Amino acid sequence: MNVAVEMDAVRHGELLDISEAGPAPKRIIAGFGFWIFLLSDIVMFSALFAGYAVLAKASAGGLTGAQLFDQRNVAMETALLLLSSYSCGMMSLAINSQRYLATFLGAVVTFLLGAAFLALELNEFQGMIALGATPERSAFLSAFFTLVGSHGLHVTVGLAWLVLMMVQLSLRGFQDVVLRRLHCFSLFWHALDIIWVLIFTVVYLMGVLP
Amino acid sequence: MTLLGKLDWSAVPFDQPIVMGTVGVMVVAIVSVLSWVTLRGYVRYLWREWITSVDHKRIGVMYIVLALVMLLRGFADGIMMRTQQGIAAGGAQGYLPPEHFDQIFSAHGTIMIFFVAMPLVIGLMNFVVPLQLGARDVAFPTMNSISFWLTASGVLLTNLSLAIGEFAKTGWFAYPPLSELQFSPGVGVDYYLWSLQISGVGTLLSGVNFVTTILKIRAPGMSYMRMPVFCWTALASNLLMVAAFPVLTALFAMLLLDRYLGFHFFTVDAGGNAMMYVNLFWVWGHPEVYILVLPAFGVYSEVAATFSGKSLFGYRSMVLATMAICVLSYTVWLHHFFTMGASASVNAFFGITSMIIGVPTGVKVFNWLFTMYGGRVRFTVPVLWTIGFMVTFVFGGLTGVLLALPAVDWQVHNSVFLVAHFHHVIIPGVLFGAIAGYNYWFPKAFGFKLDERWGKAAFWCWFIGFHLAFMPLYVTGLMGMPRRLQHSDVLAWQPWLLVAEVGAIVIFAGIICQIVQIVVSIRHREQLRDTTGDPWNGRTLEWSTASPPPAWNFAVLPRVDGLDAFWAHKQRVLAKQELPVQQHAYRSIEVPKNSPVGFVTAFFAVVTGFALIWHIWWMAGFGVLGAVATLLAFMFRTKDEVEIPADEVALFDRAHPVEVSL
Amino acid sequence: MRSILLASVLIGASLLGGCTEGVLNPKGPIALAERQILINATGIMLAIVIPVVIATLGVAFWFRASNERAHYRPDFTYSGRIELLVWSVPLMTVLLVGTVAWVSSYDLDPPKPIASSTKAIKVQAVSLDWKWLFIYPELGVASVNHLTIPVGTPVSFELTSSGVMNSFFVPQLAGQIYTMAGMVTRLNMRADYAGTYRGLSANFSGDGFADMHFKVDATPSERFAQWVSSTSSAGLVLDLKTYADLARPSAAVTPFTYHSVAAGLFDSIRMSSTQSDDALCRSYPTSMRAER
Repeated sequence: MNVAVEMDAVRHGELLDISEAGPAPKRIIAGFGFWIFLLSDIVMFSALFAGYAVLAKASAGGLTGAQLFDQRNVAMETALLLLSSYSCGMMSLAINSQRYLATFLGAVVTFLLGAAFLALELNEFQGMIALGATPERSAFLSAFFTLVGSHGLHVTVGLAWLVLMMVQLSLRGFQDVVLRRLHCFSLFWHALDIIWVLIFTVVYLMGVLP
Repeated sequence: MTLLGKLDWSAVPFDQPIVMGTVGVMVVAIVSVLSWVTLRGYVRYLWREWITSVDHKRIGVMYIVLALVMLLRGFADGIMMRTQQGIAAGGAQGYLPPEHFDQIFSAHGTIMIFFVAMPLVIGLMNFVVPLQLGARDVAFPTMNSISFWLTASGVLLTNLSLAIGEFAKTGWFAYPPLSELQFSPGVGVDYYLWSLQISGVGTLLSGVNFVTTILKIRAPGMSYMRMPVFCWTALASNLLMVAAFPVLTALFAMLLLDRYLGFHFFTVDAGGNAMMYVNLFWVWGHPEVYILVLPAFGVYSEVAATFSGKSLFGYRSMVLATMAICVLSYTVWLHHFFTMGASASVNAFFGITSMIIGVPTGVKVFNWLFTMYGGRVRFTVPVLWTIGFMVTFVFGGLTGVLLALPAVDWQVHNSVFLVAHFHHVIIPGVLFGAIAGYNYWFPKAFGFKLDERWGKAAFWCWFIGFHLAFMPLYVTGLMGMPRRLQHSDVLAWQPWLLVAEVGAIVIFAGIICQIVQIVVSIRHREQLRDTTGDPWNGRTLEWSTASPPPAWNFAVLPRVDGLDAFWAHKQRVLAKQELPVQQHAYRSIEVPKNSPVGFVTAFFAVVTGFALIWHIWWMAGFGVLGAVATLLAFMFRTKDEVEIPADEVALFDRAHPVEVSL
Repeated sequence: MRSILLASVLIGASLLGGCTEGVLNPKGPIALAERQILINATGIMLAIVIPVVIATLGVAFWFRASNERAHYRPDFTYSGRIELLVWSVPLMTVLLVGTVAWVSSYDLDPPKPIASSTKAIKVQAVSLDWKWLFIYPELGVASVNHLTIPVGTPVSFELTSSGVMNSFFVPQLAGQIYTMAGMVTRLNMRADYAGTYRGLSANFSGDGFADMHFKVDATPSERFAQWVSSTSSAGLVLDLKTYADLARPSAAVTPFTYHSVAAGLFDSIRMSSTQSDDALCRSYPTSMRAER
């Protein structure tokens, strides 16, 4: 006789409290776990932000942020990334109503906007390196390239993930597991926006303050 | 540029007999274990039942085995240091030259924290938490396997450094500028960084996994305030992992960029700031202490309640204290470097916050005391470790408060007084707890109890050896002896150091007792067999299933309507004086399918780490590609669960009744 | 019983410490005050800790399962009064010891000058791989691995490092402070008794660390004046070039002196590690708390 059998009989009444409802469905668990992972990712970025804040003025005689940052370029990058978040949101709506064409369209637009963002960022990096502002030049530039580059790396991973998800979607259709992963992807993509907004503020706006 | 980067035959220290002897013993041990496994035909069994297993119980056991093996390595380092310091006084240089001694203390600290203490607590949490929650597994079983194997990768890389190349000579926290390329050009720091980066990813994923498990997969009816205290401490510990380990990852990434690509985060030149490393290191490092200590506190709470035959005294206070420690642990990091020259107000602030952490800790000690009060205390092995912890830890806490006083810290920081202090809190606070938990849950894991007599002998050796080994260090610390000293000219320290050496030998006797305990218990397993599933008259849900539990843990998910759910159930049965006869319709259960993805990913992680350490770029590329391909294959697999038919569940469940003695 | 062991170890330590060099045998006002805090705080906490240990052992023993006389009370799992007690006892202790922490952090703040009728002498200390350089900027002399100071006169240190971090520590005179490249820390101490004290680096700094200790000679002021005049009359010159020679890694260096020191050498040592002509950057690393 398993004790659980008897325990089962202990309580038949309605479970009032959500915390007593028993194991959550898989969809919730996957999304929640991914949220926790994103939090840890944000903690990692906060360490990089702390590093940048400490070293922001340590340009060691090299070029400073005020000399290097091109506000127009950054504004365009920001616009592209925010728009890609919008299209990612549209894609989520399409997924919810299980429309293939709209989902693929949303994914393509998101991918293109993200890729354009990356291209602009790489272009910015290249311009800085051409001016001699390489990460080896000063602690400030080390911190800058690491912080902004980490975000760029995340965007790259996101793009690769998006492609993979589209492959999976076309192979398997709107299966539960595909839906869960698409949900996680959209969480990821929006989190990158939050981090970018912080980078935009802390690095690019505060970086050109007199 | 050669095909093998910086690697050539000079990396193997053939000229050092001590190192080569150790390597020889390790190789012989590994080869003989492997050949024994192969000859007895256990390879298939190991692969199918353990290596590819995603069962949280198996993974938990593997974590603990890994930790115990590394405890031997870390302890060997420790006793070597004690011997060196014991003999290298006056003009003597001892038997370990500085470049070897420096590696030993760095490896000792790294191994004990990351590869003994961490796997011990993560292993216990793995085994116990889902069972206590009344869950069938953790939230992400395959990820759990990946976490374990990445930890094992870190272990493997660290141990490889013994035979190929060197380990860090910087101390276990690798402060720059000493750990920068300029002052540490060898591969030692790279071994340190890559092993910890790889195992750190494992730890982080583990944290994500367990936070999700505890918050989302509890048995019906188990609200937060009905969770066993061990689950609360596990929740706090894993929240800290999620929020602290990314800092370490970012920090090590910065140091790696400095060392590999010429960045200037912590360099002496170009505006680098080494103190930023020190700050960020302890922003991770202090929460890390509570990552380790809190689950051990959870074990003590379970042990105290079970063996006193009472519920834990002041459950709500305990929960509050646990979560208070969890939050406060982020406000104290600066006490690791009051000697940096921060302003008086900064020092005072961090001194006081550090003491405030002592308040919830003190509350816990009092609550354990009142748990025993009015109880029927059975002096089993876990209880001995618990009481040993209580009477030892309060003194460790005392010296901790002393170190939290900036004015005192300036006098004893970086001395062996500090070494004595943190061993005084971490050995009772983590290791005693882990051993208590190991003795307590062993019958649940393997179906038979551990031998009591050898367990008690081990406790007394550890307890006495611990005091002999570390009390003298307080004295020499107050006499002005700094830590990490390869030799000294002060003869007055030597008698104390020799006493400490004797203490280390007594601890060694304790370790031997533990090995004997295992052997004796396995040989007498039939006498020690636990057929009831509840050998200790337990209180929480893990005792309500068979020992060892089936892969699905519970045939039917238990329903919980209060604290100590299993105890309450037994009381009801006793009150009614009859066993419940209600039959339940068994349903088929889906359990996660075994997967080699953890093992294969970890294999590629080792390849990548090794290649990066030795600058073998093609191999690093191969390793990364391999790991990515493995994860892709996992992403595209179609079936991730197997179904256990209802008949099989029912069969097992009827064969393993949980008896309540009337 | 364990508490008795520990208490006896601590008492033994204080007795033993009393007759050897170390934290418990202070020879100056700073170290004396620091020892007093150590003893006071230990006393306050032992008053709590020893009863707790005795109670733990007593309760565990009395409530052993085999004791028929002990009253089994399985329902004794909550008591508001006890909860209040167990939270307030550690809280009160922390309030008490925290006050000590707050006051002493200000009183004994290492950069705080020691009130004295005699003018403090300045010493600039540099940690090198693996030796100590002491520059007396007002006297124009310097010494390696040996520090000579006058008794009864406050000594005001400025400290930096040529590279790796070390910690400057004379246990019998004052607490320690880190030396960090590109940053300056400050420390004040005074020896009230003539004698030779042990000084050392407390922070591990590499292979030669074990030999990175030095003697501190606290001498009466006339002897100190003698030492200054004999030092400045003969020996080597310390300028950027000889400094570069000195800065090469070496361990267990026999003490020696320099009879003259190039002006501003200490600052250029600190600057050399920042290598910057940017005004912002130059002030930057020191502004990270160390300079305050």
